[in-house]
Amino acid sequence: MPRLSAKSATLLVLAALIAVTPFFFPSGYYYRVGALIFVNGLAVTGIVILTGYAGQISLGHAGFAGIGGYACALAPTHLGLHPSLAVVLGAVISGVLAYLVGRPILRLKGYYLAVATLGFGILVAMVLNNERQLTGGPDGIAVPELGLRGLLKDWGLDLTNGQFWYFFCGIVLLIGAWIALNLYQSPSGRALRALHGSEIAAGTVGIDVARVKLQAFVISAVYASVAGSLVALQNKFITPDVAGFMHSIEMVTMAVLGGAGSVLGAIFGAGILTLLPQVLTVFAEYEQLVLGLVMMLVMIFLREGLLPSVLRKLRGRGE
Amino acid sequence: MTLLSVEGLGISFGGIKAVHDVSFKVEPGEIVSVIGPNGAGKTTLFNMISGVYQPGSGRVVLEGEDVTGMAPFRLASRGMSRTFQNLQIFQNMTVLENAISGFHLQERGPVLADLLHLPSSRRRARAAEAGARELLARVGLERAADREAGNLSYGSLKRLEIARALAMRPKVLLLDEPAAGCNAVETEEIDHLIAEVAASGTAILLVEHDMKMVMRISSHIVVLDHGEKIAEGAPAEVSRNPAVIAAYLGTEEGADADG
Repeated sequence: MPRLSAKSATLLVLAALIAVTPFFFPSGYYYRVGALIFVNGLAVTGIVILTGYAGQISLGHAGFAGIGGYACALAPTHLGLHPSLAVVLGAVISGVLAYLVGRPILRLKGYYLAVATLGFGILVAMVLNNERQLTGGPDGIAVPELGLRGLLKDWGLDLTNGQFWYFFCGIVLLIGAWIALNLYQSPSGRALRALHGSEIAAGTVGIDVARVKLQAFVISAVYASVAGSLVALQNKFITPDVAGFMHSIEMVTMAVLGGAGSVLGAIFGAGILTLLPQVLTVFAEYEQLVLGLVMMLVMIFLREGLLPSVLRKLRGRGE
Repeated sequence: MTLLSVEGLGISFGGIKAVHDVSFKVEPGEIVSVIGPNGAGKTTLFNMISGVYQPGSGRVVLEGEDVTGMAPFRLASRGMSRTFQNLQIFQNMTVLENAISGFHLQERGPVLADLLHLPSSRRRARAAEAGARELLARVGLERAADREAGNLSYGSLKRLEIARALAMRPKVLLLDEPAAGCNAVETEEIDHLIAEVAASGTAILLVEHDMKMVMRISSHIVVLDHGEKIAEGAPAEVSRNPAVIAAYLGTEEGADADG
């Protein structure tokens, strides 16, 4: 039997989960939860590229999610763009901003990126909160309909709103995972993992460390931006919380919990931390506490993250 | 034109001259060894030549181009590669991936092609993998290809690091104690490998403590003591040089002071 490559296996598992899980949904509400998991999974896949592959830490990725989200709110009303193009515009703006923020910072060694992105995220959240005429301030702003569901209905595919967003976000997540897995085995991905292993050695084999770090940062910013756009379009509403510091921390925690080095693991982490508040309503009050605790426990007991550690255990027992 | 020319290189740390006014030349196919007692400044010299440290004075000229203090990744594209005394292996990768990384300059391409897994990206990756497997065979690691690099023995890691450096077909290869921590058999393997690489036209600049190995394979030896060049020449000349013997064994005054 030909061995399945890790990439195909990951994509198959993911596709199967997306397709089969709805059969177990007790109510239509769970399509919403599923879609939220996929959107978070998408953002966290970007974190995998930045943190898992390249070993860099961002504490402000929610800022890019905010840009993606507000692009969908503002570009259609102010620029007359179709919401789908607003997603692209948001991604481009996020990519360019990531480039401008990352370029001077990533030349330096050390944790400057974490500090700079922390500032960047707070800045974006501040602008979104304070520019009331444009953004509606802390109360948020309405986001126009994507319109794809109506189009599908015309073609004879009638989905409820929840179903549509579930499958749409699922497909976007699959594409995002496919791209991240492509990168992993590619020359560019190898360069990222090399600098994660040893920046000095990466330099001696000719890797322009500052440049490839910047690539990873820009790519991951685009992931966060698209995820932010999807949240806004699905909810038809957006508030500055999407760009908040807690959201940035959530992304990193999801990746670290599930396993920042593995796409499937990180999406798994996104699933757990998205489900938790749905299952435990008290969770919302203690979210910060729980996130901190999760980070600590994972770092102490499961350095690679939940999924890779469990898989390793299973494999070890099999041998 | 001289391949690599080191001209009056010097550096101070906190007012102490770690290396002072060191000059020598390296030609294609030569094995030039830098020797000297511990703390003589050998690794510091290496770090200046390979762009890890910014020299305080002097120049490094590679094929007529002044490359003094140039970043290591730029030196790599100009044909200079190196290994490290305290191994710099990508522990998060397999042995094969480590070797493939050495082909970075040949396999890199547009990141968009890599993200979308375009045929051009696959072609580049395949070519690099083929080259890497060949190199692993050359250093005797082909059977370890799929193992995690972190699990290899010390001697194997040393060979892997050399393989990775060779992947870029360097014109000059700097080896910082390639045989350190290796047993006699491993040392001999590395010894053969170095001679072979030099025979193919690559210039080798070597720091090594194993004197037998240095005397056997060097075409030329530079002796450092307290950061200064005290002798230079063929192995036989250097080993007879009184200044060198004094540096290694201590001078008579030194012996008196000790007694």
